[in-house]
Amino acid sequence: MEVAAPQAAVPVIELVGVSKRFGAIQALKEVDLSLYAGEVHALVGENGAGKSTLVKILAGVHRPDRGLLKINGEAVELRSPAQAQAVGIAVIHQEPTLFPDLDVAENVFMGHQPRDRLGRIDWRRMYREVEQLLQSLGVELNVYLPVRGLSVADRQLVEIARALSQDARVLIMDEPTASLSPREVEDLFTIVEQLRARQVAILFVSHRLEEVFRLASRVTVLRDGQRVITAPAQDLTPEETVRHMVGRELAALFPKEEAAVGEVVLEVRHLSRAGVFRDVSFQLRRGEILGLAGLVGAGRTEVARVLFGIDQAESGEILVDGRPVSIRSPRDAMRYGIAYVPEDRHQQGLVLDFSIARNITLSILQRVARFSLIRSRQELKIAADYAERLRVRGGRLTQPVRALSGGNQQKVVLGKWLATEPRILILDEPTRGIDIGAKAEVHRIISELAARGLAILLISSELPEILAMSDRVLVMHEGCVTGLFSRTEADQEKVMLAATGQNRQSR
Amino acid sequence: MSTTTTRVEESRGRVRPGGKRLVALVGRVRELGLIVVLLVIVALVGLQTPRFLTPGNFEQILLSIAILAIVAVGETMVILTRNVDLSVGSTVGMTAFVCADVLKNHPQTPVILIILLGCALGAVLGAVNGLIVALGRVPAIVATLGTLYLYRGLDSYIAGGTQVSAYDVPDSFLSLATTHILGVPALIVFAAAIALIFAYLLRATRTGRELYALGSNPEAARLAGLRAERLIFLTFLLCGLLSGFAGVLWGARFATVDSGAATGLELQVIAAVVVGGVNIFGGSGTILGAMLGAIVLGTIDNALTLLKLSQFWLQAIDGAAILAAVTLDALITRWLQHRLRGGRQR
Amino acid sequence: MSDSSEVKQPALDLDASSAAAPSAPALAKEDRRAAASGGGLARLLAWMRSWEALLLVLLVLALALGSALSPYFLSLSNFSLLISDMMEKALMALTMTLIVIAGEIDLSVASILGLASVVLGYTWSHGLPLGLAIALVLLIGALCGLVNGLAVTRLGLPSLVVTLGTLALFRGLAYVVMGDQAVSNFPPAFTNFGFGTVPGTLIPWPFVLFVALALIFSLLLHRSTLGRQIYAIGSNKEAARFAGIRVDDIKLLLFVLSGLVAALAGVVFTARFSNARADNALGFELDVVTIVLLGGVNIFGGSGSLPGVVLSLLIIGVLRNALGLADISGDIQNIAVGALLILSVLGPNVVRRLQEAASRRRAADNGPAGGLARGAALPAPEETGAARARERGQRH
Repeated sequence: MEVAAPQAAVPVIELVGVSKRFGAIQALKEVDLSLYAGEVHALVGENGAGKSTLVKILAGVHRPDRGLLKINGEAVELRSPAQAQAVGIAVIHQEPTLFPDLDVAENVFMGHQPRDRLGRIDWRRMYREVEQLLQSLGVELNVYLPVRGLSVADRQLVEIARALSQDARVLIMDEPTASLSPREVEDLFTIVEQLRARQVAILFVSHRLEEVFRLASRVTVLRDGQRVITAPAQDLTPEETVRHMVGRELAALFPKEEAAVGEVVLEVRHLSRAGVFRDVSFQLRRGEILGLAGLVGAGRTEVARVLFGIDQAESGEILVDGRPVSIRSPRDAMRYGIAYVPEDRHQQGLVLDFSIARNITLSILQRVARFSLIRSRQELKIAADYAERLRVRGGRLTQPVRALSGGNQQKVVLGKWLATEPRILILDEPTRGIDIGAKAEVHRIISELAARGLAILLISSELPEILAMSDRVLVMHEGCVTGLFSRTEADQEKVMLAATGQNRQSR
Repeated sequence: MSTTTTRVEESRGRVRPGGKRLVALVGRVRELGLIVVLLVIVALVGLQTPRFLTPGNFEQILLSIAILAIVAVGETMVILTRNVDLSVGSTVGMTAFVCADVLKNHPQTPVILIILLGCALGAVLGAVNGLIVALGRVPAIVATLGTLYLYRGLDSYIAGGTQVSAYDVPDSFLSLATTHILGVPALIVFAAAIALIFAYLLRATRTGRELYALGSNPEAARLAGLRAERLIFLTFLLCGLLSGFAGVLWGARFATVDSGAATGLELQVIAAVVVGGVNIFGGSGTILGAMLGAIVLGTIDNALTLLKLSQFWLQAIDGAAILAAVTLDALITRWLQHRLRGGRQR
Repeated sequence: MSDSSEVKQPALDLDASSAAAPSAPALAKEDRRAAASGGGLARLLAWMRSWEALLLVLLVLALALGSALSPYFLSLSNFSLLISDMMEKALMALTMTLIVIAGEIDLSVASILGLASVVLGYTWSHGLPLGLAIALVLLIGALCGLVNGLAVTRLGLPSLVVTLGTLALFRGLAYVVMGDQAVSNFPPAFTNFGFGTVPGTLIPWPFVLFVALALIFSLLLHRSTLGRQIYAIGSNKEAARFAGIRVDDIKLLLFVLSGLVAALAGVVFTARFSNARADNALGFELDVVTIVLLGGVNIFGGSGSLPGVVLSLLIIGVLRNALGLADISGDIQNIAVGALLILSVLGPNVVRRLQEAASRRRAADNGPAGGLARGAALPAPEETGAARARERGQRH
């Protein structure tokens, strides 16, 4: 790993005393940051620490209220994303924003297509250049393919190619690995190393510390909109970094409370859905938390969707209380006492325009209504009940959930599903995108619920969460079950091997 | 680079044999499908009534849709950006009346000036739409529904219940619609030229591609530094300008014009564009497709007339054709997506 | 767990890590109080900034304009006429409101009206008893709605395109049935329902029908579980589906209702004019959509109210009537209607952008110490026009 950038050089890009506020929230306060050519600089911090605001300032989306942005030592003002690109700043987003109807090459060159002398787009040159660009990155990607339908990893490559096509000197990668499988992450890292060798300055925004310490030469920690520290990576340990991020000693993950595990509530036998998963079998008991581990795309969410009636399985059986059931819609699933807290809170979990109360009662409208007419007092009473139990904070019951923090929004989703009084609760990435404090709370709630007899299927990509919370761990890889471990058996290594499908080969 | 080989071996769907061809087919399939439908209609009707297959009849078909096609070129560009212009019928009506009215009062005005006047008036009306949508951030369907009324109302106000008839305007104006260029009716030449020019511009210029980008993903377009407001304004302006030109031709072709001219044209135009495979939610479709859509609808109308089906069946069959086209489109898309994903892990 | 009492006590203790969260008081109690007391003044203030309040002001202005333009305007008989004239559009606006809130649109309503009118005339003139003819017509209307609904929900086609197609199709079928003929020899009992008024008053019979339906639809949309689900679907279709709402079934139902009510409007139209023709109510669909949008319903779904739409109906009715009394023709009245529609959306947008610009300046001046109310929405420059429009809808 490279050592800190030479101090003599002028940074390619530098933020000096940058502040930004939105309404009452001070998103950034007097932040300094410098990026040198050929360095990977990691930016870490909790959700809400100001990382994304900083990225957006560099990308020309927001303008700082105070402070300077210098490029090669000269102060500039970025008024638009176009201007940021013009000065050589490119951003790779977590979820790449591309044009699904257009092909790979057009996506790479949109806005700066090569032109001939008459100002017409030189299509042949464009395709050739994109092919060369991808080749130089060691990537094979059909440049004639429309971007719709490409994987997240491939779409990121398109964004990287786009950045290179504009001769970007500064590359900002905003949580690029969040939706990638480990192998895709490896591929991405190889490319990052390559770019570093090409003297590109890279700002690597991430919350995965192991990645940060593998890649970065320097690390900057943000907390509550302020810079806590900038230091060479080798001078920091992950533990210290976390301490800087949270500003306190990290409370241990909550291990699941011991609960009496009862009879089998849900059983799945040889469940298959073409192209997505096959021959999945497991049992879930009362009071048990069954962790479902695996890489992104292993088919875990897809299994959950079938259990909840969103999609249909082609073969196999689902049994509730030992009786085979047919689940053809979420309504059916709810009838059998199944609840599903989905992965995408904003798109699937909540109606953001609805108030907290209306979200909580959305699945139990019949219960707050008489003759199909909603009794608002009854509605508020039930909603208040769950909001109180789950300690939803940050807004009144009648305010839209849009204004809540991620953690509180997740509690509203939980409240909505607990209100249906389920017996089987499927949680899909329940702590994704919420800060550490709220995460601990959610863990505690889950543990409580299991102790009270709920059967819980916990899908998570965070291994520590799975290991700490689960009574048993089921592992999936490319649509198949590749392992089942008891709480005592399960450890990081075994689960990881199963999740990458390597335990099968050795057998 | 060492990972290259593994990547290729893994073949995560990046390069599939025949991928290029399939994709190229996807791009063309909509137009191909339309051509097939067109040929089937032509063959079936041709067997029944030989008169259908005469060159004169084909000319008749093209003539009947020429004005609509010019407007459809503008509408296509607007729809590509994820907007819609419902006011085109009113714009055509207003320019038709104003141009005819000016000629009635000043018969000496050269025709070229009248054409310029029509285009300018259309452009102004289009620019108003563009300003309301791009700067005022009013959803296009709301804004242009408003101007549909507004422009038609202004038209009525200007007309004040009067009408301009063929006797009121000089023959030089009327000949715009009747004259031939190289043996082809001028109306058809105008429409074909406009369609070709704009189809070329959409393909060959950055701005053209940016319209597709904007409609495909407005957020990505903004991040890519495209100036959305400018592009939206431009498409409305062009759509207005083309509608204005179409209005001049309308005046020349129908000769008798009152304030109700071209009422309801907007729905026919959108029908042609949609049948032509332009996605109503933007991002995909071609002017060639929209032209084929107009031709298919025009051919159906013509065939019905020749088959001596009651005139009253026309509209019902138009409606059925629109439904059939979009249904077919949806089924093909679904099938193609299935094929593209088939065998691939998500 | 099958029994909710098991999780009753709020036992989910927090440890020190909750220090990260602001120590706000538990919100629930506060809300209960607010719910109990009703929060009268605050509610009034909130209402005064609402879309409905703006519409009320517009209505008063329209009424003032009317009485200034003509001495006959403020007479009961004129109001009776004014209301009569709006009835078909008013009926169709009710179901259109529900459909647009659910995030769809039905452009075929006026064509269904035309088809209904023609079928009524045809079957009556061919000897079908009127009662049966009306029943048949309503059934046909519902079937038309079913066609729209099935195409939208089963084939997944955009309703804008589907109903554009059926706009032509249903109108075309009306021509197929009757060509350019007309039937006008309806029995007096039937036409009386159209022309006549409730004995002893000037209230037109169709208005009674409208009021009854308006009350039912208001209750349905604003108080019932179905209404709540309609809003949820319009706001976020996927979340609605994940919450167990039968999105497709509800949309199908709405389209069928829309067809049914459009056919009913067809019966009213036929009675009122004692005339069944294929081109009856040609182009009414745009008027209906305009009324709904002016009523504050978000074109992208998820928000809007029936009281707003009823106010909007009155505004447009009064405006057209007043201008008509001043001898301004229907076509020229369109200028006012179009301008009103645009300004009603444009105005608030412009005001809000100015406010945003001002608050940005303030924020820049104030520095860290200055504070607005917590939870103020973040300005989001990346918003698209659509997002803004959505937000506009929400505020009202």
